[in-house]
Amino acid sequence: MDNSVEKKLALTHFWVAFAAFGLAAVMGLYQVIERSGFFSFLESREVYYASVSTHGVLMGFVLTTFFIMGFGYYVATSTLKLPVWNKTFAWTGFGVALVGVVMAALPLLFGQASVLFTFYPPLKAHPLFYIGATLLVVGSWFWCVSMIVMYTQWKKANPGVPVPLAMFATTGNAILWLWTSAGVAAEVLFQLIPWALGWIDTIDAGLARTLFAWTLHPIVYFWLIPTYTAFYCLVPKQAGGFLFSDEMARAAFILLVVFSLPIGFHHLYMDPEQGHGWKILHAVGTFVVTLPTFITGFTVIASLEIAGRLRGGQGLFGWIAALPWNNPMVLALILGLLMLIFGGFGGLINASYAMNAMVHNTAWISGHFHLIFGGTTIIMYFGIAYYFWPVLSGKPLYCPSLAIAQLWSWFIGMIIMTTPWHILGLLGQPRRIDSVHYNNLLTLSWEPYEVTMIFGGLILLGSAGLLIYILYKTQTSQESYQGEVEYAEPIHAVKDLPGYLNSFGLWNAIIAVFMLIAFGYPILQFFLMETFGSGRWGV
Amino acid sequence: MHIDQLEKRWAGIALGIAGLFVAVILGSALVHGIHAPSNVETIDSAKLHLSEEFAEDKLGASTNPDGSVTVRMVAGRYGFYPKTLTLPAETKITFRWVSLDVIHGVHIPMTNMSTMIVPGYVAQVQTELHHAGDYPLLCNEYCGMGHAHMWSNIKVVSKAQWEALNKQGGANHG
Repeated sequence: MDNSVEKKLALTHFWVAFAAFGLAAVMGLYQVIERSGFFSFLESREVYYASVSTHGVLMGFVLTTFFIMGFGYYVATSTLKLPVWNKTFAWTGFGVALVGVVMAALPLLFGQASVLFTFYPPLKAHPLFYIGATLLVVGSWFWCVSMIVMYTQWKKANPGVPVPLAMFATTGNAILWLWTSAGVAAEVLFQLIPWALGWIDTIDAGLARTLFAWTLHPIVYFWLIPTYTAFYCLVPKQAGGFLFSDEMARAAFILLVVFSLPIGFHHLYMDPEQGHGWKILHAVGTFVVTLPTFITGFTVIASLEIAGRLRGGQGLFGWIAALPWNNPMVLALILGLLMLIFGGFGGLINASYAMNAMVHNTAWISGHFHLIFGGTTIIMYFGIAYYFWPVLSGKPLYCPSLAIAQLWSWFIGMIIMTTPWHILGLLGQPRRIDSVHYNNLLTLSWEPYEVTMIFGGLILLGSAGLLIYILYKTQTSQESYQGEVEYAEPIHAVKDLPGYLNSFGLWNAIIAVFMLIAFGYPILQFFLMETFGSGRWGV
Repeated sequence: MHIDQLEKRWAGIALGIAGLFVAVILGSALVHGIHAPSNVETIDSAKLHLSEEFAEDKLGASTNPDGSVTVRMVAGRYGFYPKTLTLPAETKITFRWVSLDVIHGVHIPMTNMSTMIVPGYVAQVQTELHHAGDYPLLCNEYCGMGHAHMWSNIKVVSKAQWEALNKQGGANHG
């Protein structure tokens, strides 16, 4: 099957993703230097908050969405052996999303949308920002439709046959994203845009926060699923082994899709507009969603052990040394898992109903999500990029040892930056401050950590630059490369898979019930009680 | 379908770990009475100065008949009002926070006094402050260009000192 158009489609998405990433990484270094206050000529709160807002949008929405779309198109066509359904439709989705990004970028870069990527009404941004963000999401819905159509086509042609695991996960992610984005879509379409355009005068910040919380947790699983897909379906093969359990992988993906949705209120533990009981309900759900990650840790490490022993590793830990540490995918997984252990520990603290009060909205939180998103999720995006670029561009990877150095530097930079960030939170530093002007001795204890973070930021920017350089040199190479991505085989072939592990019908119904329980009354209450909206506020 | 024996055992262990966490959290929330601000109480943030409870002369600490203290505070760009406040240690304190403009958040470092302050809602937090000393109140939610300049101070004094101050009057105004 000629898949050159599919490859071009995926590669174009990837370039948008990593261009956004490169720009946002530059902003990241500027921010960590500016906020330290050691360089007074750099200080400008207008530039700082425009930068923070843009950095968040580029990393959280643009890098992720475009990467996931590109990854999905290639996974669908290569696992199902089908051409991408209706390529004009797919390119239209790409175009809509890209136009949205440009529309949102204009007010962001001119400081007219310094409301951060979480919107925070009643702070009001330029309407173009909200409209652009909406178009980005609408563009991603085109991708969701493509994935679901291709999955359905394949299932019709292969009744009763297990859907290839990577495509099962990707389809799950498309379904997850449709459910996830509904919350923020409702906030933007019914509240933010009409209010920003002046069609309605007031906005209920409590309702807006509730709708955003609908999206805010599962969106991180939307970002994470390609990483987990690589953990299960790509790395075991790269390591020279087999996937330990295909069935448990499916169960983990289903649990992620189902239980990441009805738990968003752990972002609202400290909010006054939702009651105790609802928060506790979501807290319990938050711990249920740790299960698929526990399972993933086990299955993936077991798969690595199989590979290590096949490569001649002996003894209790000898198989670890026997792993191919110079393979970018394998190294990205090992470093990603290490950061997942640290970040997961922090996450358990945030998720704890009581302990969260000590860290809520402090620098600890920024440190946490940089470690687990910027660390675990994104380092695997790098690993995937190094594996996919030669396949998609038809050129061999430029200097593989440089790729290994890039992954190590990202890991080291992330640890150096996020460890002091966590400590700053414990020392009471609020997040999202552009400078330290508090008239308090406590702030003296923050200084050494601010300095350390700058070094982390420097290493991370160097690492980001190296990534872009390697991808660029690969793309422009004169040599050629032939090959396709190879997926890991399970150690026990999958046969007689029960229907519920091979389709999403039942799970969609369960999600609908869960969402009705978890968000039904908490949203309805705003229409039952007397509420007082807020007007439009500048920044 | 094939599920390895080891994998089954691990799934059981993981379930046990998650269950243990949930039990501890529910225990601490229900038995120890963790008071996250969950009072779901609305207020018109544009008319605070006309309200019974949050007009300027009603702000600050007031002692209740049972000896507990209620503190009423207004958050607005860029400060928490009243700007300075003296509070007793080892006393049950109920903070009631409102915003007069946008979303804010507030915490007192090294304590569990933390809440979001969402316009249109009253955020109520109960806590006890255990150690005397000077503490900052810091805004921890982005609220505009002056976010990093949004702070106030509180002084926590021993219960005996607090009672002496209150007899002289004026403890809450400086």
